[in-house]
Amino acid sequence: MLDKIAKHFDFQQRALDLRAYRAEVIASNIANADTPYYKAMDFDFGAAMKSAEDGQGKLALAATAARHLAGSAGAGSTTNGADLQYRGAVQPSLDGNTVDMDVERGAFADNAMKYQSTLTFLNRRISSLNDAIKGGQ
Amino acid sequence: MSLSNVFGIAGSALTAQSQRLNLVASNIANAESATSSTGEPYRGRHVVFTAIPVSASQPQVAGVRVTSVVEDKTPFKLKFDPANPLADERGYVKLPNVNPVEEMADMISAARSYQTNVEMMNTAKSLLQKTLQLGQ
Repeated sequence: MLDKIAKHFDFQQRALDLRAYRAEVIASNIANADTPYYKAMDFDFGAAMKSAEDGQGKLALAATAARHLAGSAGAGSTTNGADLQYRGAVQPSLDGNTVDMDVERGAFADNAMKYQSTLTFLNRRISSLNDAIKGGQ
Repeated sequence: MSLSNVFGIAGSALTAQSQRLNLVASNIANAESATSSTGEPYRGRHVVFTAIPVSASQPQVAGVRVTSVVEDKTPFKLKFDPANPLADERGYVKLPNVNPVEEMADMISAARSYQTNVEMMNTAKSLLQKTLQLGQ
C-alpha cells in the first residue's frame, strides 16, 4: 500500500534529484569561469532520466574478488545515472577555459525554473493523494 | 542533497573572487609606491585560481580556490624625475609595474563574477526553501 504511494512519487523525485545535481554542475562551471584550463561540463537531462528509469530493474554484478573489474559506467555507477560530458566551447579563449557565462547563466535559470515546476507537480500529486485519503471531507 | 553543494561551490567562488578584488585594490593603491620595505618598487600581484573537486567520487564537479599569489615579473616603469630623491644617477625613478587600466578591467571582471555567484546562491536558497515546504 505505502509502496504504491512511494511509486506514485518516484518519477518526480528522480527528476528533482537530477535537477538538483544539474544545478550543482552548472554552479561548478560558473564558479570556475576564471580558472585557466577549466572545461565546462553538463549532462543530457533526458538521457539521464531515461537511464535512471532503465536502471531500475537491473541488478549490478557483485565483485567478489578485489581484482574484479568495476564494469562500464552504466546506470548506477555515475551519480543518478547522469553522464557528465564536456560542453563545446562557444568562443574558445586563450587560457583554455571553455566556460561561456551567458550559456551557463541561461542554463542555470532554465534548470531552476524546471526544478520549480517539478516541485509544483509533486505538490499537486501530494494534495490529490491527500484529497483521496480524506475522501472529500 | 546536491542543492546544498551549490552553496559550497558558490561560496568558494565568492572567497576566491574577493581575494582577487583585494589584490586589485592593493595593486591600484600601490601604483605609485616607488619604494617599499625591500627597497624595490612595489610589484603587481595576481591570483592563481585552481578548480578543487567537491568530492572524491565526482572529481569533475569543482569549486574554486586561490592556490597562490604570483608577483608580476614585467620590468618596472621608468620615469624621468631628477628632483626625486629616489632617482638614479641618470635621473630616472623606478615605478611599480602596475597598469591601472588593466587593474580596473580585472576589478570589473571580479565584481561581475562575485555578483553572479551571489545570484546563484540566492536562487539555490529559494529552491531549497520551496523543497522544504513540499506537501504543505
